[in-house]
Amino acid sequence: MKNLVILGAGTAGTMMSNHLIKKLPKNEWKITIVDQFKTHYYQPGFLFLPFDIYTTKQVKKKGRKFIPKNATYIQKRIELIEPKENRVILENNEQLSYDILIVATGSKIAPDEIEGMDGPMWYKNIFDFYTYEGAKALRDKLREWEGGKLVVHITEMPIKCPVAPLEFAFLADSYFKHKGMRDKVDITFVTPLGGAFTKPTATKTLHYLLEEKNIKEVTDFNIERVDYENNKIIDYADTEVEYDLLVTVPTNMGDSVIERSGMGDDLNFIPTNKGSLQTLEHENIFAIGDATNIPASKAGSVAHFEAEILTDNILRYIKGEELKEEFDGHANCFIETGNGKALLIDFNYTHEPVEGTFPFPGVGPLRLLKESRANHMGKMAFRWVYWNMLIKGVHIPFVSATMSEKGKHYEKVN
Amino acid sequence: MKKMIEQREIEVNEEGYLLDFSQWDKEIGEKLAEEQNIILTDKHWEVIEYLQDKHRKEEALSIRGIKKSGVINIKEFYSLFPGGPLKKSTLIAGIPKPKSCI
Repeated sequence: MKNLVILGAGTAGTMMSNHLIKKLPKNEWKITIVDQFKTHYYQPGFLFLPFDIYTTKQVKKKGRKFIPKNATYIQKRIELIEPKENRVILENNEQLSYDILIVATGSKIAPDEIEGMDGPMWYKNIFDFYTYEGAKALRDKLREWEGGKLVVHITEMPIKCPVAPLEFAFLADSYFKHKGMRDKVDITFVTPLGGAFTKPTATKTLHYLLEEKNIKEVTDFNIERVDYENNKIIDYADTEVEYDLLVTVPTNMGDSVIERSGMGDDLNFIPTNKGSLQTLEHENIFAIGDATNIPASKAGSVAHFEAEILTDNILRYIKGEELKEEFDGHANCFIETGNGKALLIDFNYTHEPVEGTFPFPGVGPLRLLKESRANHMGKMAFRWVYWNMLIKGVHIPFVSATMSEKGKHYEKVN
Repeated sequence: MKKMIEQREIEVNEEGYLLDFSQWDKEIGEKLAEEQNIILTDKHWEVIEYLQDKHRKEEALSIRGIKKSGVINIKEFYSLFPGGPLKKSTLIAGIPKPKSCI
């Protein structure tokens, strides 16, 4: 009997267990999945929780429900990966040997990377919304907040779901309008990049959203520290931005087990082949989702497309065939723009988000890079798709793992 | 769009970033720097080489990376490329500026 071990039962790990249980012969392969936490969170829902659009119940379920019955599910902390010995050490020194390892340990926020961020004002007037705890604490704060300077801030790239901070700013505009207090709130979006939008087509077609919603932009801001006593963030060029409420996306890092095991880069992400998803150092270790260092977005849709390709590559690896470098960086994301509307974007390593229709060329019904109510309904419906199809490894009709170029208006690639 | 530098035609985007890194050489780098009112010193070149190396390896550029590079500290980086150091240094180095997904 051979062992395939998956580390992490988040979006990517759970999907891989569901794909592989159907593909690997039961009498030859034992599939084990390890995750210390009991709860599976619907992470896209963390964007909606602060605004009372989703309830806490809508964003979490018991993880066990989504793990196939024939897989072994171990709920223990992962202490160390020992690639040379082909084994994983769990808490209480329990050892788990593998023939193939899939690392899906994700990324986490690391607010302690910035001086003053997770100090005494953390969850008082400084919040994240990338964790369940942060999103819930922020919801409670927003319910009673009387207004002032709201600063939505990105610490450094890469981050999970790179558009979420911008969506947060858009939804905040709607939220305060509905509460009849928009005039009491000043919204500023602060980014280390050159703009809230960074690609030419998106900047051209979407910059109006910031103007329309009266959201100020502070760009090229590389934060050095949070002065929590005086409610200011300060960057390396000594630029200061004052806040009354700071909603920040802290540094995102891979799991500390990757660092302990000496397998990661500066941010604990695992160097991985961007087409095949095999790790660069070890041929029997594969990485998927947010845990990798590949230049794709860290997002559930990316993990979903990767899972289909990685499943094929695991089967090729077992047969001794050459792996295919098929993953093209495909991502497909709904972007909330507030007031019941959303955008849809579809892009990959080489093609920028463009205008067009999705998923049917020329027909839609969803329109790319254009605000619409249908796109918003799509985003809301996606929660059902996530729990019932996506993480169970059910193929989503008409949406392929690699990007289709039909029905889209391509301009030059940069 | 096309741009003439030193009697040579190079492809750039609307913001002036080179579209094809193979068209870059030191002379082009110097001219691009001049347009940003920067005179390149040895330290500038060290940073540019570091950035180009990261670009070839397809590794993301960040202020954290600069901090850990051992080439330069962040205050120096700001003083060499004032007002948006990553934006300006990547333009001069002939590589794309750091981007998000939209």
